Amino acid sequence: MIEQTDHKTPNTTPGDGALPGVGAIAIAAAAGVGVTPVAAVTVDGLVKRYDEVEAVRGIAFEVPAGEVFGFLGPNGAGKSTTINMLCTLVRPSAGSAQVAGHDVVTERDEVRRNIGLVFQDTTLDGYLSAEQNLRLHGELYGVPRGALEQRMGQVMQMVGLWERRASLVNTFSGGMKRRLEIARGLLHSPRVLFLDEPTVGLDPQTRSSIWSYIRELKEREDITIFMTTHYMDEAEYCDRIAIMDHGRIIVLDTPEALKAKVGKDRVQIKTEDDQAAIAALRERFGIDATIAEGAVTFGVPDGEQFVPRLFAELSVPIRAVSVARPSLDDVFMAHTGSTIRDAESTGADRMRNVARMMSR
Amino acid sequence: MATQTTAPSTSLPAPTGPQTSPHEIARVRVPTRSARGELRAIKVVWKRELIRFSRDRLRILTSLMQPFLFLFVLGTGLSRLASVGTHGVNLRTFVFPGVLCMAVMFTAMFSAASLVWDREFGFLREMMVAPVRRSSLVLGKCFGGATVAGFQGVIVLCLAGLVGVPYAAGLIVEVFALQMLLAFAVTAFGVMVAARITQMQSFMALMQMAIMPMYFLSGALFPVSGLPQWLAILNRLDPLTYAVDPMRRIVFAHLHVGAAARHALDPGVTWWSWHVPSLVEAAVIALLGLGMLAIAIVQFSRAE
Repeated sequence: MIEQTDHKTPNTTPGDGALPGVGAIAIAAAAGVGVTPVAAVTVDGLVKRYDEVEAVRGIAFEVPAGEVFGFLGPNGAGKSTTINMLCTLVRPSAGSAQVAGHDVVTERDEVRRNIGLVFQDTTLDGYLSAEQNLRLHGELYGVPRGALEQRMGQVMQMVGLWERRASLVNTFSGGMKRRLEIARGLLHSPRVLFLDEPTVGLDPQTRSSIWSYIRELKEREDITIFMTTHYMDEAEYCDRIAIMDHGRIIVLDTPEALKAKVGKDRVQIKTEDDQAAIAALRERFGIDATIAEGAVTFGVPDGEQFVPRLFAELSVPIRAVSVARPSLDDVFMAHTGSTIRDAESTGADRMRNVARMMSR
Repeated sequence: MATQTTAPSTSLPAPTGPQTSPHEIARVRVPTRSARGELRAIKVVWKRELIRFSRDRLRILTSLMQPFLFLFVLGTGLSRLASVGTHGVNLRTFVFPGVLCMAVMFTAMFSAASLVWDREFGFLREMMVAPVRRSSLVLGKCFGGATVAGFQGVIVLCLAGLVGVPYAAGLIVEVFALQMLLAFAVTAFGVMVAARITQMQSFMALMQMAIMPMYFLSGALFPVSGLPQWLAILNRLDPLTYAVDPMRRIVFAHLHVGAAARHALDPGVTWWSWHVPSLVEAAVIALLGLGMLAIAIVQFSRAE
C-alpha cells in the first residue's frame, strides 16, 4: 500500500505539509470526476468556547474533494462540536471554516444546500413512512418534483430499503433507521456528507453493511465524506484521519502513514524448526526474532512486502504466516499516552462533558 | 522487538464493490433560496402536521373527551340547578361556545407540544438544518396546529344541534372563522413556549398552569357581567375571554330568546363600561397571536 506513492505524479497541491499520498488522493478524485479543485472543507483556527470550557481549541485542516475524512477521538474530544460548526448548527467562537467553498457563518444557506447530515441520534419522524420522510426532506430542500421520485428510488435501493418504503419508520430497527438517514442525507445530492458516529450503537454486522454503503457511495457519487468515529477499526476505512483529543488535532495523516510512524508490522511465522528459523532470520535479514504465542515473532517496517521475500529466501519451511500492522490504538496511544477507552473514562473528560451539558 | 503483541490483525476486508451494475445517477440540484422555496417549506411542515394528526386516531378521540364531559355531563347536571337563572335557555347551549373554545385550545396546545417531542426525538434538527428560513418552519407549524385544532373544533361544531344551537350558515361560518383565529393564536403561544422549554414534562405542566386558569377565568362557564371586581379584572385580562365572548354573541344572535335572558347570559365584555365590539375582540386575539408568533420566530432564529 505504501509503495503506491512511488508511481504517483509529483504532489501538485500547495505543499503546506500535505503528504504525497494525500495529494495523490485529491488529484485522483479531482481528475476522475472533473470537480473544481476547491477543497471540500477548509478550517482555519476554529475555536468553540462554552463559558469556561473550550470544547475546540483552534484547529486547522483541509479536506480535498472526494476524500473520506475521519475524525477520531474519545467522547468529549470536540469532534461533534466541530462537525456542528461545519454544518452551521453551532456558531464558532473564533476562526473560520468553509464547506463546499462557502463560509459556515456568512453563507449558512449555501453551506446547508450543499451538505448532507447523518447525526449520532436519529432525526427521522417515526410516525411517517420511510418514503414520507424522504419526500418531506426533498421538498424542504426544494428538490425539483420531477427529479425527486427517481432520486428517492435510487437512494432507497442503494441502502436496501426500497421494499420497506411504505412502512412506518417506528417499525424499523436501529440499523435500518441509520441506513434510511444516510439515504436521506444523500437525497439532495450534497457535495459533502457529514456522518457523526454513523455506526455507534449498531451491531457488528450492521456496522459493516453501513460501511459497504459508504464505500459504494464514494464510488458512485461525486462526494466528500466527513465523519467522526471512536471505533478504531472504522477509522481504517478513511483516506485520512485526524486524531482529536482535548479539543485539539493531535495528528492528521493517512491511517497507513500514521501506523508506519508508530512502528513496524508484527510478523509471526510457524515453522518446522523455530530455532533454525530464528537463526536463519538473523543471518539472512539481520532480524532479531523471538518466540511469542507459540510462533516466531518479529517486527519489520513493511510486513506485507517482506513476507514474499521470506518465503523465497528462508531456508526453513514455513507452515503459517500472519502479519499484523500496528493498530490505530497504538497510534492513539503513541500520541496521547493513553488508549481511547482510557481517555473516555477519565474523570477529567467526564467533568468536561458535565460542564458542556450545563452550558447549553 | 515486536511492537504490540496484542495488536489485532487489521488487514482490510476486501471492499465489496457494487453488486449490481451502477445505475445512472440521478443528480439533483437544490435551487437557491426563493419566496417559492419558503412557501414550499411552510407547506411541508403544515402537511406533516396533518399527516401525523390523521395517523393519531387515539388523539382525536381523547381530545374530544373533555368537551363531551363539559357539554353533556356538567352541562346536563348543572342545568337543573341553574334553570332559574338561565331564563329558560338550556345551560348546554350557554356553555357551548366555551366548550368549543376549549376543544380548540387543547388541540392547538398538543400540536405545539409536538415541537418538544420533535426536539427530543431529533426531528427538529432535521428541519433546523434545512436551507430555509426558521420563520417558514414556525409559520408552517402554527398553520398546521391551527388546521388540526380547527378540524377538532368542526367536530364539536357538528354537535351544535344536540345542545340547541341552530345549524345556521351564518353562525357556522362566523364561529368557524373565530375558532380558526383562536387556534392559530394558541398554537403560536404554544410554539413560543416550546422554543424555550425543552422537556415534555415541564411543557405539559406549564400548559396545565396556563390553560386551566385561562379557561375558568374566560367566562366560558359563566356570564361576565356583575362579577366581583377581582374576578372581573382577571376576566378582562384573560385573552380567552375575547374568543369566548364574540362566539357566544354569534350563537345568541341565532337564538330566539327573550331580552332578559340575552341580558343575563350574553352581557358582552365591557372595558370601563364601554361595550367591546366583536371585531375589536377578534383583533385582540389576532394581535396577541401575531405578537407571540413574532417572539417564537425570533427565538427559533436565534436558537443554536
